[in-house]
Amino acid sequence: MLLEATDIARRFPGEAGPVTVLDGVSLSLAQGETLALTGESGSGKSTLLTLLAGLDRPDRGEIRLKGTAFGPLKEPELAAIRRGRIGLVFQQFNLVPSLSVAQNIALQARLAGRHDRDWCAALAERLGLSAHLAKYPETLSGGQQQRVAVARTLAARPEVILADEPTGNLDEATGDAVLAEMLALVAETGAGLVMVTHSGRLAGKLSRRLHLARGRLA
Amino acid sequence: MIGAAAAALLSHWRRHPGQLATLVAGLALATALWTGVQAINAEARASYDRAASALEQSDLPLLVPREGDSLPLSDYVALRRAGWKVAPVIEGRLRLKDGSARLVGLDPLTAPAVPGSGTGGDPGRALLDFISPPGEIRGHPDTLAGLPAAVEGRRVATEALSPGTLVADIGTAARLLGLEGRLTRLLILEDPAQDLPPLGEVAPDLREAPPQPENDIRGLTGSFHLNLTAFGMLSFAVGLFIAHGAVGLAFEQRRGTIRTLRALGTPLSAVAALLAAEALALALAAGALGVGLGYVLASLLLPDVAATLRGLYGAPVPGSVAVRAAWWAAGLGMALLGAALASAQSFWQLRRLSVLAAMQPRAWAMAQGRGQRLMALAGLAGLAAVPAILLWGQGLAAGFAALAGLLLGAAFLLPLSLSAGLRAAERAARSALGEWVWADARQQVPGLSLALMALLLALAANIGVSTMVASFRATFEGWLDRRLAAELYLSFDSPAQAAAVLPGIDASAVLPVTRTEADLGGAPGLVYAMADDPTYRRNWPLIEAGPQVWDRLAAGGGVLVNEQWAIRAGLSPGDTVQIDGAAREVLGVYADYGNPRGQAILGLEAFRALHPEIGETRFALRLSGDPAAEAARLVAEDGLRPDQVTDRAALKAESRAVFERTFAATDALNVLTLAVAGFAIFTSLLTLQSLRLPQVAPLWALGLTRRRLALLDLARAGLLAAGTALLALPVGLALAWLLLAVVNVAAFGWRLPMQIFPADWLRLGLAALVAALLAAALPALRLARVSPARLLRVFADAR
Repeated sequence: MLLEATDIARRFPGEAGPVTVLDGVSLSLAQGETLALTGESGSGKSTLLTLLAGLDRPDRGEIRLKGTAFGPLKEPELAAIRRGRIGLVFQQFNLVPSLSVAQNIALQARLAGRHDRDWCAALAERLGLSAHLAKYPETLSGGQQQRVAVARTLAARPEVILADEPTGNLDEATGDAVLAEMLALVAETGAGLVMVTHSGRLAGKLSRRLHLARGRLA
Repeated sequence: MIGAAAAALLSHWRRHPGQLATLVAGLALATALWTGVQAINAEARASYDRAASALEQSDLPLLVPREGDSLPLSDYVALRRAGWKVAPVIEGRLRLKDGSARLVGLDPLTAPAVPGSGTGGDPGRALLDFISPPGEIRGHPDTLAGLPAAVEGRRVATEALSPGTLVADIGTAARLLGLEGRLTRLLILEDPAQDLPPLGEVAPDLREAPPQPENDIRGLTGSFHLNLTAFGMLSFAVGLFIAHGAVGLAFEQRRGTIRTLRALGTPLSAVAALLAAEALALALAAGALGVGLGYVLASLLLPDVAATLRGLYGAPVPGSVAVRAAWWAAGLGMALLGAALASAQSFWQLRRLSVLAAMQPRAWAMAQGRGQRLMALAGLAGLAAVPAILLWGQGLAAGFAALAGLLLGAAFLLPLSLSAGLRAAERAARSALGEWVWADARQQVPGLSLALMALLLALAANIGVSTMVASFRATFEGWLDRRLAAELYLSFDSPAQAAAVLPGIDASAVLPVTRTEADLGGAPGLVYAMADDPTYRRNWPLIEAGPQVWDRLAAGGGVLVNEQWAIRAGLSPGDTVQIDGAAREVLGVYADYGNPRGQAILGLEAFRALHPEIGETRFALRLSGDPAAEAARLVAEDGLRPDQVTDRAALKAESRAVFERTFAATDALNVLTLAVAGFAIFTSLLTLQSLRLPQVAPLWALGLTRRRLALLDLARAGLLAAGTALLALPVGLALAWLLLAVVNVAAFGWRLPMQIFPADWLRLGLAALVAALLAAALPALRLARVSPARLLRVFADAR
């Protein structure tokens, strides 16, 4: 199995005592599989994604990437996994404003030490960014910025891509186009994809769908 | 990984070169002002060391003539023949192209040391070169450069001598000074053995004198250097405010990048190491620039400081700065310390930064204000500490601690005070726009607080120091008028010359000005003789006096003491003091702003009775005619040299010039500190400008033109500067009081009445206003020209 989460629980402190955001969630993702995580606001979708990315640690349960358990790993080791094996796509794009589009696309691949200039150029071409490589993120539209974020993730050839509402800031047509490109590229690279989305329509484009309600899988 | 992460972090500076320039400039300016002051201090200290070591005679007791300024060579010969181990010295002033230098003639065979010797080579050959005609004249290169071509002698430049001092063989010096066959003094190299004939037998016209207190210079000037150091520290603090603001904003603007880097797998430790390396590199670059600027600053200021030290303390300091490893290292060290202080808060935040935290530049600006109340509490504590320090502390250290408490306390209270004032104005506003302007100004206070605090410090320092200097100037002028009441001052070579010339002068009073070194209550000082004359009775600047002070002084019943001694020893009229071991009653205390040492005045007759050996060679003359004509007559008819005759106007002009130069360096530092504060405002406004668009865009959408918004921004800057200046006024006056009543008394031993000069405040307030408006001009211009598309994007981003 590519990615496994077993009996995950996560609580946060609240005004009236701890608030349980996730409670006993288990899921698995196979190589090349695309999984949609749906649910209402506050159902724990994004929290689960940050746990799967190793950005946060569960209060209970275990997450494994190809058999490697996250629990015993220290911060630098988790960082190394994120750098080399996981790709993240955020709703807010999170591009580095002071780097050009080309530099942003190459960033994670360079951090992971496997920058492939031709692959980056090919990704830019596929995502319609070739004319914007020298520009800075602030001069691009939202759709273009999200394409840069997708290209940045794919440029590092991650084993798993975790996307948090990657089209949430885009209009429907642009969102559909970005998602179509992303799914095509994921299929080509053989990576697994977990995508958080509100939209049942978008979720239907992925191979499997899990629904979260009040911190549990429905 | 490191390379990519470094490139991502450093790319911020490429996109924000202005911010980088601000950071480097802030650190460089802070370092420059600090280093400049340190360079001046280091130069002066090195000079004192040279002066102390150069003639290695200052700790030897002397034999000097009982009368006049010179002794016959025969006395020296008689003493040597009788077995006394003495070395001859000739000393006098040698005219230079501009001014004069002290020429010391030494006998290289008996003198303890000859400066400039012993640097290698054949000592025999060096001795021969020193004495063989026309003889060597050794001196600092600056001094030798001023030696007229007509002066015969081989010039030998040496750094071993302070500027203003020349050394030659005794024969050469005697020739140059026109003192052939005469000596100025003899150094007693060894205590005379018991079986040697006593001095009174061998040379009855000589008397033993204590060592010359040349090495007092370091102690006397210590307080002056402490003052400079305090100014350097203040400037450093102002510069740090700039650096701190730039580092904080840069960190906040890069928070998103840092979060992304961490999300993409860069460990926190790697990010922290990269940011630390960046801070180190910036500190070294800015530090090197700052040290270079400091050198330039020191080179510009040193001539005035050197003049001050010469004028005030007689301390010889060259007018040029040498590059010294000590202050280079100190400057770079301060730059590193500054970078560390400026970055500390950002590193603290980085440690606690969640990977999931959002980028909040605006929140950063507001967070600066969240600590306002805490800062205000710290400020109140600082202010409360001032009276406590004054009550229980002592000396100069307590004075400076009180200054620090006052300045930091006031600076910390500023943001809350300004906010409170602006809130009150907002409540009183009638129109919607007026309300917005006041509210908007209040909203800007947190982001600008560091720059405004820097401005407050600079303005308060300006008001404080200029009030002190102006008070000093006013008091000094009055003191000078009273102290230099006589029209003409004469200095004769011997009592015999005086006796020959004086009867021919048509003067209403001839007042001897005689003095001698004495032990004043255990410390070295001077005792003067004062004739009983209406000139003194009317004019002498007494601060405190007992009954019938002049009659009792004339009758030899007591002494007048100067303020320095009175304050140091806690003396007032009626007390008893010890002068050369004899008890004398204090009749009065007089102001004396010429030097920091103790002085006493005896009635002329009492002085003569005590020191019959001292011949009277200096006189003050009261004339009814034209002093200039009388001076010319004395030179033309009586054969006096021009330097023996000084009229009051020239003496006063010289004293005033010394005074003005004394404070020239202080004035320059004042201006520089204000300029740095203006720069701080400019950079703060510039860096905050990108955060400003979301605040003004809605107003623009509601129908205010960009031009009007820009003008309102200018008005806001002026408003904040005016508010800061208003608050700086009481702080500055308190600072002036501390300087006059505490620091000056501890440093120089005199207390000055504080005088206020409202016109100066107005001028300074206008300068602050102009500085703030200039600082706000570029950001306002940019706002006036911002494209509508950029303003519209604010609304697009808001969606």
